[in-house]
Amino acid sequence: MTENNNQSNSFGQGEASKTRKNWPLWEVFVRSKNGLEHRHFGSLHAADAEMALQNARDVYTRRNEGVSIWVVESKYITANNPDEAGELFEPAKSKVYRHPTFYELPDEVKHM
Amino acid sequence: MEIKEQDSRLCGDYIMTLADNSLILSHRLGELCGHAPALETDIALTNISLDLLGQVRNYYQYAADLVGGGKTEDDLAFLRLENEYKNCLLVEQPNTDFGYVMVRQYFFDVFHLLILQELEHSTDETLSAIAKKSIKEVSYHKRFSGDWIKRLGDGTEESNRRVQQAVNDLWEYTDELFQMTEVEKQAVSQGMGVDLLRLKAAYYNEIKELLQEATLTIPDSPYFQYGGKEGIHSEYMGYILAELQYMQRTYPNMKW
Repeated sequence: MTENNNQSNSFGQGEASKTRKNWPLWEVFVRSKNGLEHRHFGSLHAADAEMALQNARDVYTRRNEGVSIWVVESKYITANNPDEAGELFEPAKSKVYRHPTFYELPDEVKHM
Repeated sequence: MEIKEQDSRLCGDYIMTLADNSLILSHRLGELCGHAPALETDIALTNISLDLLGQVRNYYQYAADLVGGGKTEDDLAFLRLENEYKNCLLVEQPNTDFGYVMVRQYFFDVFHLLILQELEHSTDETLSAIAKKSIKEVSYHKRFSGDWIKRLGDGTEESNRRVQQAVNDLWEYTDELFQMTEVEKQAVSQGMGVDLLRLKAAYYNEIKELLQEATLTIPDSPYFQYGGKEGIHSEYMGYILAELQYMQRTYPNMKW
């Protein structure tokens, strides 16, 4: 990003570029034609939700990737702290009794 | 469908009045590649440029068949003389600033969608098919450009001032969109062409409504410019064609 924000080019980016830096970041999720869930495709900047949807359509569905788009402002996504991943997820690794594998299915329901 | 030679000639000429607009506008948008104000807008504008170019290829491929004599779509796109291009003056106007780009686009998109919706009912099956396919793309172009006019008009003091300037300057090129040349009149009488005068009221109503929503004032000047559709272009056309035709003229018959 250029340091000098006062230079105006033909696209009027003098004062305006200070405002453009305030475009929030949005996360984009797209569901493909054969998919069942929306997957995270990337992020982009936009001034508001409609613009974010249009930008997502223009940027992330150029190659027929999807049929449905969700956009969420990045600030509304809460993620776990990677440093805490150990205490959050490792205990589940060795708890074999939590998996439904200790009974036999009768033949009639073999394709459960 | 059997087409007599005279009808082929007419159809080929008629196609130029449709396709040349999109060719020149696509070129103007292509000039913005890498220069738009935001990354997302850059991709959107070049997408629009490519959409238009795809439509142009459909038109020119058909026209090349009709014109015959071994002409290809490339000959039609790159090797005509300036007065043989029949695009309107509006699409030649330069990318002065983002406001101009969006106003030029919107003024064209409203017209473009209206004419395609009529062209879908052309007696010529190919034109009808091209129109039908293009309608979804152009609907999106209009939504994109219209939304930006609203944002810029109803935005900051600076954006309103700039887009108002663009509206005031480009307004005089709108009436030419509905000018019926001899070729177009003949095409209408054959059933393959669109009567542009019937679109005029709907066009101005729609634009005025959106401009009002965007808190922009509607110019009331009675003065309009014409010429492009007769092959008499603005000074910009020379520079546009110099870039557009350079490769084909320097390296004749070059292919990727």
